[in-house]
Amino acid sequence: MDTTKRRFSVRRLLAGVMGAGLIAAATPALAQAPAAGTNLIETIRNRGQLICGVSTGLAGFSAPDSQGRWTGFDVDYCRAVAVAIFGTDQNRVRFVATTAQARFTALQSGEVDMLARNTTWTLSRDTSLGLDFPATSFYDGQGFMVKRSLGVTSARQLDGATVCVQPGTTTEQNLTDWARANRVTIRPVVIERQEDNTAAYNAGRCDAYTTDASGLAAVRSTLQNPNDHIILPEIISKEPLGPLVRHGDQRFADLVRWTHFALIAAEELNLTSANVEAAATGDQRPEVARMLGRSGDLGQMLGVDNRWVVNLIKVMGNYGEVFNRNLTPLGLQRGPNALWTTAGGLQYAPPFR
Amino acid sequence: MSVTVNHTPSPALPPPSRVMAGGPLGWVRANLLNGPINAAVTLLLAYLVVRYAISFIDWAFIHAIWEVPNDRFGRPDTALCRDNKGIGACWAVIGEKHRFILFGTYPYEEHWRPAIVCVLFIALYIVSAMRRFWRKELVLVWVATLTIIGILMWGGVFGLSYVPQERWGGLPITLILATFGLAFAFPLAILVALGRRSRLPAIKALCVLYVELIRGVPLISLLFMASVMFPLFLPEGMNIDKLLRAQVAIILFAGAYLAEVVRAGLQALPKGQYEAADALGLSYWQKTGFIILPQALRLVIPPLVNTFIGFFKDTSLVLIIGIFDLLTAAKTSIIEPQWQGFAVEVYVTVGLIYFIFCFAMSKYSAGLEAELNRHRVR
Repeated sequence: MDTTKRRFSVRRLLAGVMGAGLIAAATPALAQAPAAGTNLIETIRNRGQLICGVSTGLAGFSAPDSQGRWTGFDVDYCRAVAVAIFGTDQNRVRFVATTAQARFTALQSGEVDMLARNTTWTLSRDTSLGLDFPATSFYDGQGFMVKRSLGVTSARQLDGATVCVQPGTTTEQNLTDWARANRVTIRPVVIERQEDNTAAYNAGRCDAYTTDASGLAAVRSTLQNPNDHIILPEIISKEPLGPLVRHGDQRFADLVRWTHFALIAAEELNLTSANVEAAATGDQRPEVARMLGRSGDLGQMLGVDNRWVVNLIKVMGNYGEVFNRNLTPLGLQRGPNALWTTAGGLQYAPPFR
Repeated sequence: MSVTVNHTPSPALPPPSRVMAGGPLGWVRANLLNGPINAAVTLLLAYLVVRYAISFIDWAFIHAIWEVPNDRFGRPDTALCRDNKGIGACWAVIGEKHRFILFGTYPYEEHWRPAIVCVLFIALYIVSAMRRFWRKELVLVWVATLTIIGILMWGGVFGLSYVPQERWGGLPITLILATFGLAFAFPLAILVALGRRSRLPAIKALCVLYVELIRGVPLISLLFMASVMFPLFLPEGMNIDKLLRAQVAIILFAGAYLAEVVRAGLQALPKGQYEAADALGLSYWQKTGFIILPQALRLVIPPLVNTFIGFFKDTSLVLIIGIFDLLTAAKTSIIEPQWQGFAVEVYVTVGLIYFIFCFAMSKYSAGLEAELNRHRVR
């Protein structure tokens, strides 16, 4: 069936419902998402913008600043993919705020091209939702925060402690699972909102506060005296967060995956936003030459310009720079998100060749 | 102007209240301090009111911090406010974030556009509220104003840059959802209410089904349906704007509730009114337009405004589908780490904005009711 005809009939239907007044409103509102089987990168290029679904607000990952500009780690991943496609312009992204409940539908229905929205990679999400996780941009995990004055150095010493936790999330379940497995008695204090949880912890109603380590660091940085609180070394769950794309267009998934790898590889090869331009002509290392498009056609294989990594790193910086810009101010350590070359680091990029 | 066969005199009004003996002090003594129990309750309540008023003023004004210095990165340094927590308010958060709260993620340098939109909306309300403007031309004024509002918000013409809908936010979103919602829901409600009292079984059944179906589910699930389920039914490659979907859900929901209010008015009219109109040989629409509705709607002004106020505030539920209305923008504004923990100040401010709109609505409806029902009080 002819798609223009179908679209037109739906518009007529709307006209019936809404009346003439809103029809003017509806016309630009009919977004143009790609049909199945088309080349999404091409569609995005023709549209002139990448449409990226982000969280409605999570400190350090995605939140609008005082002037309404989106900032954060996830937001930078959207910008990075846009830079990879369009060259130098990091503002060719339309950010669509999605709630936790509506995020997958937004992607499935084509409202957004990709999601970068602190979503944990799990088997069921990877398979049954018709979505793909091209990469893990951030390794998170559930941890504990306690007051330094308590003298606790390990979560195993929390026997008999009261722990503040949010209900209805996997956080609560992870806590009880971990306590049972380690034969530690923990009394959970279940409080609905994060802010109330923080207040309760601060007022001494619970000995410890548990949530994802990234969240703990964010909360700790807002406490009156951050140094009076420590985050315990134990991480009791795996929460690999990453961007998501739809099934069906592997070329776009490849591009998102290799954008992530380019950020990692750039850090590994000491390419930064400051020196990448010079390295593009001067660096003699063969892998750098291939990555930056001086030799070979790696960019074209991905469907973008051969100099895409130069543009990407020049505008966004490497993985370390993205991390430092957004997450270090929250007091987050690199931890498992360090490069594989440092102890405990998990971030690893396959070779560029 | 109720038509009754036997004229029954209306009950006599009570005599004018006694002139206050002894001035306000005498009134206080007569009403608040008559007897030991009353005196004790009065004193206790007065103590509580004064005590909390003093501590509120203390917090909100005397110990409040109005500005914070910038740190060496040029970002606001809120340490001053954190040390003052629990002692005084930190109004610096409003100073820093007020534009985000009011206009959301709308491009910063274009904020004058949504600002004008808010002014236009308020002007539209004021003009529509005055009885001397209640003419057919008012419809044209509405169409013109709403067109200008659309041009200002979207842009893309007359040299204004195009701003896609997902960047709109704050007060304009709340006003758009509430205004369009009620403006479309009200005529819909009248039709449905008339339909529910229709003698044609198909129309009646349809209207009953609509009202009961919509009233049977909470607004939040309807919004959810519009934002999460509805897109899956559309052919791939076809998307209807998120705001429009929410707007339609709100119209349908408000329509069902308002229909029941209007129906109450229709049923409260004495049967004689219908019969008299029929006896004059008026057609159905003449009867409805000239005789029934003017009286029925007048009867239901208080519940109508009640529903209006409720819906004005219910628009904040769009937060669950990721639209930045006034309340969501306010919540989002305190996510930035250095401003976390100043929720009370932000909520007080937003509460004040909601209160101004709702209080104006309720004051206006009280005045309108008194004016339109003047003939009933003799």
